[in-house]
Amino acid sequence: MEQRLFEISDQPLLIEEIVAKVSRRECGAISTFIGTVRELTHGKRTLKLEYQAYIPMAIKTLEQIGEEVRKKWPGSTIAITHRIGTLDISEIAVIIAVSTPHRKAAYEANEYAMERIKQIVPIWKKEFWEDGTKWIGDQLEKTPYPDGAPKIGEDKDD
Amino acid sequence: MIKILLFAELQEQAGVDQLEAEKAGITVSELKSWLQDAYKLTALSNAMPAINENYADDQDVLKDGDVIAFIPPVSGG
Repeated sequence: MEQRLFEISDQPLLIEEIVAKVSRRECGAISTFIGTVRELTHGKRTLKLEYQAYIPMAIKTLEQIGEEVRKKWPGSTIAITHRIGTLDISEIAVIIAVSTPHRKAAYEANEYAMERIKQIVPIWKKEFWEDGTKWIGDQLEKTPYPDGAPKIGEDKDD
Repeated sequence: MIKILLFAELQEQAGVDQLEAEKAGITVSELKSWLQDAYKLTALSNAMPAINENYADDQDVLKDGDVIAFIPPVSGG
């Protein structure tokens, strides 16, 4: 059965399913990252979150991140699923699993993928704060795109 | 005819998630000005355009049948 390595889902995410997609006999490491819904951000209480995605482009940009990872860390396999819809505190918003022959690359590739998600994947989070609601651009509640545009391509010099 | 997709705060400002308009032949930048005037979409200035699911530039010219999405600052993860 063909598995999709990059998905947007409106159902609760299961870590075992995503790990299974990257499990390879030739790999000695699998790193997983689980992003969960945080209740308190700098003392402000979140009641729940709502994620929205431009689904076809979100999958396309996740695939692009997958390409970047495979080029930077040869022999790696990566799977990413991001949840959309309404999520309660502590629910899983995103899971990234990376398998590699050796462990260092698995850690590095996983962190790289998360950073890239925050730069280019068209997914938005609406926080339902205790004191009101608001779409936010990033975790710091600042307007991102500091240079006026997301960094679309991967670094050419590393 | 082009299709315009709106997300997050842009969707809330416009009250709709998509629009259609006879705007083939103009640039993304010109379309933005029109949307700002017609729908008071102040959040457009922060949004990145994507044409047919690829990030695009303000100078790109829209063709008939294009789907243009305005991508407010993303906040996945």
